[in-house]
Amino acid sequence: MTKAMAIVDGNEAAASVAYRLSEVIAIYPITPSSPMGELADQWMVEGRKNNWGAVPQVVEMQSEGGAAGALHGALQAGSLATTFTASQGLLLMIPNMYKIAGELTPAVIHVAARSVATHALSIFGDHSDVMAARQTGFALLASGSVQEAHDLAAIAHASTLEARVPFLHFFDGFRTSHEVNNLFLLSDEDLRAMIDGQAVRHHRERALRPDRPVLRGTAQNPDVFFQAREACNAFYLACPTIVQGVMDRFASQTGRSYHLFDYAGAPDAERVMIVMGSAVGPAEETVEWLNAHGEKVGLLKVRLFRPFAVQALMNALPRTTRAVAVLDRTKEPGSVGEPLYLDVVVSLAEAGRNLRVIGGRYGLSSKEFNPAMIKAVFDELRSSAPRNHFTIGIHDDVTHTSLEYDPAFSTERPDTVRAVFYGLGSDGTVGANKNSIKIIGKQAGKYAQAYFVYDSKKAGSLTVSHLRFGPQPIRSSYLIDKANFIGCHQFPFLERMDVLSRAVPGASVLLNVPFAPAEVWNHLPRKFQQQVIEKRLRVFVIDAYAVARDSGMGRRINTIMQTCFFAISGILPPADAIAAIKKAIEQTYGNRGEAVLKRNFDAVDQALAHLFEMQIPDRVTAAFDILPPVPPSAPEFVRNVLGEIVAGRGDDLPVSALPPDGTFPTGTAKWEKRNIAQEIPVWDEQLCIQCGKCVLVCPHAVIRAKVYDSSLLANAPLSFKIAKPRWREFQDLRYTLQVSPEDCTGCALCVEICPAKSKSEAKHKAINMAPQAPLREPENKNWDFFLSIPEFDRSRLSHSQVKDVQLLEPLMEFSGACAGCGETPYIKLLTQLFGDRLLVANATGCSSIYGGNLPTTPYTTNASGCGPAWSNSLFEDNAEFGLGMRLATDQQTAYARHLVAKFADPIGGELARAILEADQSQESGVAAQRERVMELKRQLAAMDTNDARDLLAVAGSLVRKSVWIVGGDGWAYDIGFGGLDHVLATGANVNLLVLDTEVYSNTGGQMSKATPRGAVAKFAMGGKRTVKKDLAMEAISYGDVYVACVAMGGGDTHTVKAFREAEAYNGPSLIIAYSHCIAHGYDMVFGMNQQKAAVLSGYWPLMRYNPALNLEGKNPFQLDSKPPSIPLKDYVYQEARYTILARTNPEAAAQLLREAQEDVQRRWRVYENRASMPGSGAGNGRRLEDISQKPEGVAAGEPEGGAK
Amino acid sequence: MIDLTTQYMKLALKNPLVASASPLTESVDNLRRLEDSGIAAVVLPSLFEEQLMLESVLLDQDLSRGADEFAEAITYLPNLESYNTGPEGYLGLIHRAKQAVAIPVIASLNGTTPGGWIRYAREMEQAGADAIELNLYSIETDPHKSSEAVEDRYCELVHQVKAGLQIPVAVKLSPFFSSMVHVARRLDNAGADALVLFNRFYQADFDIENLEAAPRLVLSDPCELPLRLHWVAILYGSVRPSLAITGGVHRAEDVVKCMMAGAQVAMMTSALLQNGVRYPHRILDDLVRWMTEHEYESIQQMRGSMSYRAVPNPGAFERNNYMKMLSSYALRVR
Repeated sequence: MTKAMAIVDGNEAAASVAYRLSEVIAIYPITPSSPMGELADQWMVEGRKNNWGAVPQVVEMQSEGGAAGALHGALQAGSLATTFTASQGLLLMIPNMYKIAGELTPAVIHVAARSVATHALSIFGDHSDVMAARQTGFALLASGSVQEAHDLAAIAHASTLEARVPFLHFFDGFRTSHEVNNLFLLSDEDLRAMIDGQAVRHHRERALRPDRPVLRGTAQNPDVFFQAREACNAFYLACPTIVQGVMDRFASQTGRSYHLFDYAGAPDAERVMIVMGSAVGPAEETVEWLNAHGEKVGLLKVRLFRPFAVQALMNALPRTTRAVAVLDRTKEPGSVGEPLYLDVVVSLAEAGRNLRVIGGRYGLSSKEFNPAMIKAVFDELRSSAPRNHFTIGIHDDVTHTSLEYDPAFSTERPDTVRAVFYGLGSDGTVGANKNSIKIIGKQAGKYAQAYFVYDSKKAGSLTVSHLRFGPQPIRSSYLIDKANFIGCHQFPFLERMDVLSRAVPGASVLLNVPFAPAEVWNHLPRKFQQQVIEKRLRVFVIDAYAVARDSGMGRRINTIMQTCFFAISGILPPADAIAAIKKAIEQTYGNRGEAVLKRNFDAVDQALAHLFEMQIPDRVTAAFDILPPVPPSAPEFVRNVLGEIVAGRGDDLPVSALPPDGTFPTGTAKWEKRNIAQEIPVWDEQLCIQCGKCVLVCPHAVIRAKVYDSSLLANAPLSFKIAKPRWREFQDLRYTLQVSPEDCTGCALCVEICPAKSKSEAKHKAINMAPQAPLREPENKNWDFFLSIPEFDRSRLSHSQVKDVQLLEPLMEFSGACAGCGETPYIKLLTQLFGDRLLVANATGCSSIYGGNLPTTPYTTNASGCGPAWSNSLFEDNAEFGLGMRLATDQQTAYARHLVAKFADPIGGELARAILEADQSQESGVAAQRERVMELKRQLAAMDTNDARDLLAVAGSLVRKSVWIVGGDGWAYDIGFGGLDHVLATGANVNLLVLDTEVYSNTGGQMSKATPRGAVAKFAMGGKRTVKKDLAMEAISYGDVYVACVAMGGGDTHTVKAFREAEAYNGPSLIIAYSHCIAHGYDMVFGMNQQKAAVLSGYWPLMRYNPALNLEGKNPFQLDSKPPSIPLKDYVYQEARYTILARTNPEAAAQLLREAQEDVQRRWRVYENRASMPGSGAGNGRRLEDISQKPEGVAAGEPEGGAK
Repeated sequence: MIDLTTQYMKLALKNPLVASASPLTESVDNLRRLEDSGIAAVVLPSLFEEQLMLESVLLDQDLSRGADEFAEAITYLPNLESYNTGPEGYLGLIHRAKQAVAIPVIASLNGTTPGGWIRYAREMEQAGADAIELNLYSIETDPHKSSEAVEDRYCELVHQVKAGLQIPVAVKLSPFFSSMVHVARRLDNAGADALVLFNRFYQADFDIENLEAAPRLVLSDPCELPLRLHWVAILYGSVRPSLAITGGVHRAEDVVKCMMAGAQVAMMTSALLQNGVRYPHRILDDLVRWMTEHEYESIQQMRGSMSYRAVPNPGAFERNNYMKMLSSYALRVR
């Protein structure tokens, strides 16, 4: 019997078994299953062996479809193979799953179950993905806890070998995959005892081998297919018995007993709930509580969902049962009921048991499912007519499916300590809490659990840590709402949220404060003070940032707050706690060097001397309170819906509050003032040369410039800064550069790019960072005033000049991207140039998250109400999605033109002719057409015919549209490459923008085919050994695709020019944009410097391939950057993704650097040759401007009038 | 046969030509080539404790950036078992160098903390270094710190490092002391086995186009040699430690001057970087030729022959800059 204990999360629990029982592991990253693949890869690199003494092969594929294909092949060739996935990833595996099951091949797929994208994407947990695979022939085995994810993983691997039915082992995404809990580890010996060697040998004997050849994958005809399909029945019939046998063997090996259906509760229960997954923990807690309070209820935990063992279910269900509630964590619109419910109903019917059965849905997308909700379901079962097809945990005020529940009900044990911590992602709170829970959980007789809730934004993100520990195993797989301890590691949170709402009377509160202890009370909001007094809370304070600063920790306050937590909670004697914290620090950060350890140790040693308990006054004195999440001036929907989500009250919104089809208004990010910058840029109007570079690079569009008439300054705030415009044509006007203080993330890219330096003090630039707090109020007023100034007339500006582009209104602002993001400046530029006619198809990834994650979103509109229309379909299909938009737009334009011609009389021949013959090649032409279409619509509105109504519906399409297909390198180079390639080959007028960060940024830095040679990434821990794919040259091979490689930091004018040429080109365009990224491992304030270095080194040649030049007889290939002037080393060794290889394996790093330098030279030679080739000569007799018969032909680089 | 041998600290060298610390000596292949071309000893590049500390902190920042902030990306870079943040790489270089060459290998150390100096010096000795050169390189910007305090710290460090080592310890100095002879005497008392004159270090240069100050190292040229000759000539015979000159040694004649001033060894970097690792061959050939032409039998014979104590006009080493060197007859006055 094993007793070795660990504290890990569900992903590691499952992966630990899967790795040891596999030989080939084919994977692809997808949240929340990615850590399983990453761990497997790490263990492979570390040389860990599987149970057969070999190191498994872990291979990252280009998609989950690819991973499933590789899995299928590995199985066919006789290996023991596995994969890890979730959600859309599992859906992509389904075709292969049918094959693997149809061929009766032992295999296990481990799934961190996650919502399938429908009206919206969600990365959180429910069973909609596994339910979509229940028909494939795979067995489905459900785990409900971290321990079960470990144990049932082993049972799945053992069972599949004996049953020959492949297994899908799943556990709830995030709730189990990311929950940290105690775990009894399965030893290698345990696993050996579980695996039937004979079954392994049989699997190998069935393998495809030329020395004993067989053939699989035949095509069969109507005569035999049906019979052959039925031939597998015996295996499915035998499977449940085999699984139970394996479970019994597991029990005798480990002492932990599982059954196909596990019953818990009163033996004579009258009411029984049937659930699977992480819901079983709180359900069991609730059942125990109810039975202890005189009720007779029970819980049936479903382990093996497929093949569904009817008899086992009947055997497990007490004979006394009179009513059953079946809960599904999925929704199947239009079905009679959800899958588990249907199976139970049919089983009972077939078994002849006449019970009352109701079904309900709960917990979609990790929605809370807690004892209060479970009690409500049991209460409902007691009523004479319990509601069927109910929902629980939400308020459905539309179709009234939801059950009421009492949120105050709790089954929390009094001997369980419950602590909630509010931190900033960057302050290290989560990391410290992970260590804390490991320290506590390793104490004898202590059990511990940790779960972390993250923000929807990447910059300045809030984290909430939920820690439980006590003398009993912790099954409470739901958030803490009754806490004995509250830690708030960021004082500014107190004005944004009610952090004490979870505190129970008498709880301890720990605050990180920027004040002396005696001053703190006066800075606390009214509601906070009230609760402290009413709940008799003890409040401890520390100026952790001062301690961090003094111990060299910068803004990392994690270990300081951790030490205080241990001291206040008294879990361990102080000396023991400090020793344990230091040991944990050593384990976590030991590989980062002694200086890091020393600083952390100093911080720990200093912490307690600066911790004070506050004297609590007996009355509330605050004159201010928690701020509203959005201002009262926000639109109603923003106030009532999005604002509630911002405030953390989204769970309370009723069904009616939310759009049923996933359609949301744009322009909502501006209402959520996140106020996260410690320092913001301040403009020195005397020094500024008005070059516009700061505006161009600002990732969050918080620096804006306007030129305006001085008469508008009448009501300007006193501190509003003005300057004389440095445009010859605008000398009589005024210029202002303004920062939004509460939207700025403080990334300082603007300061770094600023070229204007003081002649008397070189460090002083035309824009400089300064503390935000004293500037917040005056600059807010200035910002509001700035917004009230009308936008400058676009027609008077040269859209190809960076200096002028700063005056074009951005229609993407204040996104949740990382501070200093390298992607968003490109998208912002896109919206500045073409925003009012822009359709965006956005691949899933960073850009879809900062572009479309609730509560508030960044795409917005101009004063006319026009702006980008944006949508995300999937990760893999984005190019096709965008092509569809183009086809639809063109088709509607054609139809509209047909109708306009038909309507020439009623609307006036002149208007019709003007509309049909409009030249929209220039922006001014587009604007004029928009005016004509408005007039057309006005006239049509007055007509009462079907044709008029039809034309009205499509009239908007008469204005030229610009379709942009946007995504990252994971999409373009890997999972979506097939579609991208095909769309480029169609010749359609679409523009593809690849934001190339050279890794899967959104899922945490996994290698893509854009990852450069020598860079370390997940799945390339030893440095990528192969060269980055030259996507540009692949696209150029078509000859009629416009292609550009741009890097804003290496050539901003070049970037602007490429965007304009791409849009102007009447055919497919591909822009590959170098995007620095947090995953590259350096301070992103230097992002643009690195872009420049990439260009100077020749690693990222700036180029354009414009097929339109062919028609002028010119060479379409233009190499726009100079030959390499610095060695590659000077560029790459500024980034940790390269330097960590030089540290860990200097020889390999040196070799890869040599090869990468050769790659640069080779690529440069190829490009140089292409650029120096002569054109075809005189062309075909037509000049470029002659071919723009379609309205899309804005000649690149040519100003559109105005300032030149 | 001309005898080129010299005794540098406890190290018996076949000639006075030593490769000083530079990127060249970072590669074992280069060390081999240097040995083949006649170099008598090599000094490895300095291990900078401050750099180790800085790299540790920066690595931590790079690995922590963005971690635990977003549900989909708990980390952005893989967690490797070790990042070699300690001196292991350097110690490995010593080990490999000792395996590769027979000439003495001198490790070089620039510490920051007292504990760091002592610990790393010991580890270098254990890794096989034949001697250690303490690179006493610090740039003091604190207006409250006196020169005496700086000198006290240097001497204390030398004393502490010496106490824990068997191998000899050289001390590499900068030229910026108010009383060089006094400092040399104090370091002598602290136990230094050699004094290396002088350090050349990165100094900020101004980019007046971009208004930036950037550290820059320019290669030495022979005009830097006189400063070294000057002080070695003065120190020769008045302190116990061996004397080494580094900086400005580019030709065989320069080596001769170093020896005549009183140095045990002449160290080269810039000339090697400019002329390649085969250059010592030529210097040594020229040295032998010069000595033959001038009928010197050994290096020992010329050592200190032009030192302060040995020249007929020691005033040349004492006077300040007179207005006109050509008319300064006083220089000739004893």
